[in-house]
Amino acid sequence: MSQYTLIEAVNAALDYELAADESVVVLGEDVGANGGVFRATDKLQTRFGEDRVIDTPLAESLICGMSIGLATQGFKPVAEIQFMGFIYAAFDQFICHASRMRNRTRGRLSCPMVLRAPFGGGIHAPEHHSESTEAIFAHVPGIRVVIPSSPARAYGLLLAAIRDPDPVVFLEPKRIYRAQSETFENNGEALPLDVCFTLRQGSDLTIVSWGAMLQETLQASEQLAQMGIDCEVIDLASIKPIDKKTILESVEKTGRCMIVCEAAKSGSVASEAAAIVAEEGLTSLFAPILRVTGYDTVMPLLKLEQHYLPSTEKIMQAAKRLMEF
Amino acid sequence: MITVAKFSINFSQYLDADSNLHLDNQALTQAGLDPARLLDYYQAMLLVRSYDTKAIALQRTGRIGTYPSCLGQEAISTAIGKTMQACDVFLPGYRDAATLLMRGTTMHELFLYWGGDERGMDFSHNKEDLPYNVPIASQCCHSIGVAYAFKLRKQPRVAVVVCGDGGTSEGDFYEALNAAGTWQLPIVFVVINNQWAISVPRAKQSYCQTLAQKGIAGGVASEQIDGNDTIACHIHLQRAIDNARKGNGPSLIEAISYRLGDHTTADDASRYRDQEELANAWKKEPLVRLEKYLLKRGDLTDAKIETFKQQANAQVKQSVESYLATPAQDKSAMFEYMYETMPDALKEQLDQLNQNK
Repeated sequence: MSQYTLIEAVNAALDYELAADESVVVLGEDVGANGGVFRATDKLQTRFGEDRVIDTPLAESLICGMSIGLATQGFKPVAEIQFMGFIYAAFDQFICHASRMRNRTRGRLSCPMVLRAPFGGGIHAPEHHSESTEAIFAHVPGIRVVIPSSPARAYGLLLAAIRDPDPVVFLEPKRIYRAQSETFENNGEALPLDVCFTLRQGSDLTIVSWGAMLQETLQASEQLAQMGIDCEVIDLASIKPIDKKTILESVEKTGRCMIVCEAAKSGSVASEAAAIVAEEGLTSLFAPILRVTGYDTVMPLLKLEQHYLPSTEKIMQAAKRLMEF
Repeated sequence: MITVAKFSINFSQYLDADSNLHLDNQALTQAGLDPARLLDYYQAMLLVRSYDTKAIALQRTGRIGTYPSCLGQEAISTAIGKTMQACDVFLPGYRDAATLLMRGTTMHELFLYWGGDERGMDFSHNKEDLPYNVPIASQCCHSIGVAYAFKLRKQPRVAVVVCGDGGTSEGDFYEALNAAGTWQLPIVFVVINNQWAISVPRAKQSYCQTLAQKGIAGGVASEQIDGNDTIACHIHLQRAIDNARKGNGPSLIEAISYRLGDHTTADDASRYRDQEELANAWKKEPLVRLEKYLLKRGDLTDAKIETFKQQANAQVKQSVESYLATPAQDKSAMFEYMYETMPDALKEQLDQLNQNK
């Protein structure tokens, strides 16, 4: 058993799977000698060589397109896009090809690749380094979108994503890359995909969140508990497909539902989760479904970003509104 | 000032538009182009043209969907298929029926695909070739991954990727050339310059004197050939593929051709293309060029041509019949192969489809 931060957990999962499976290759910008700008691939090139831990030219569409080519040849590429803000150059490749290779060829070829990227705000980064645009990917058929919220889940879910026979977008909440450590065994044990994780049991209110926002969500839940409001907290984790069973069962129990995320509100994954509850859980509800999200503005630069991201206080206020409805 | 680098692009043509051969017999034999081989090329091109004509007719009568004709590009496309080995991987655009047919894709499969049935891309023979690539030039980046896989496994295999003149303006084209050069991968890029990207002519696509020179920027050996000259296509593709297989790195061939048809059956080229230009292009087309040469040499006779045409038409007819007799997939087929194992969320929607909900 060792202690890992989230970024160390990502590194441990990559290291484990590179050693366990010869078909795994890691590629991206600065993933080699530099070990990635956040050190996700630290020391991997030394251990596994330049052929399997590949520094690519600075070209995101190439990184994704090359991964597709490798995948059709039976490799399991894990591609890093340095920041989610640069993932759009790879979007065409992922959407037009990775997501449909299996379907277009009736299973003759497939695309078992992972597209990793750090996402989200709160680290005082420059422009284009703080967005949360997971919803754009979640809209696309044929892929999975996974977001971990703790070191242990990062480890288990990344292993699952690499082993999954279909393309996975794996978005890492960089604000909590080093926020906390967890102790677990680096034994190659994966977590299941396509399911949520219930982090806190409660009877009054269901709060669904993912990624770094679970920090504020859990803090708010603790403070609300002291005020007599008992929150059930669900880590969505699987952004696509959504495990609606877990959410609907929770809402049936609590009768109230709030979704917290740091993405812009309109067309967000929060909207999708809310629609599921509205469509199939309406009769359980005592109050409207609330979305606590970022605004439909450009993600502000660092001076204002704390006003953009949902705060613990904002989540608590929303919870009180729901209880008083 | 000193010159730190210097580049040039060579153009090769052996069989000119008037069917005169500018190559001695010894060189022809050395290239493996004996009379039997050239007749084989001629028959293959006849078959492709017969297929293409029938595909357009099937679209006009509502039996397949929108179809992109390959009329005029038979020489280069056939030569790619014939110079590749079975173990190589082909990455097509969408106008590459001729190459796919040479690679083993059946005509039945091609009709199925253009008829709107995904099973047409489940190639029964060339199983590792990529499916038709409709977005432009993105296949060039896939070829990097395919060739990188060959290199990692130390396999003597080659990836051959095709795009058009329009495709050379795409970012993916440049990104792929740059990576192919950087890693010296076993890839042959073939730019089939058919002069038209739908309605935009070659001159408006780029100020470059040649499209081949774009490869030079990526560190890729690049040249231009007459893409309607079967002999040049064969010799230069064979050389590029052999070089890649031997580990001598990637190359790019710009094959000068002409799109004699509309962009697709949904297009009307007379809106933007000069009739005189088209008439001139017909004088340079590849099939008649090879036919006249073979007639001149006595390797072909009018009677033989007639027999070959009948054979080609009969083969196409048989494929059309088998295509038209293929039952449509069940509507639930759209849910198949989305994922290896269908997620619960999708199973629920499949039930809705089946219950017409």
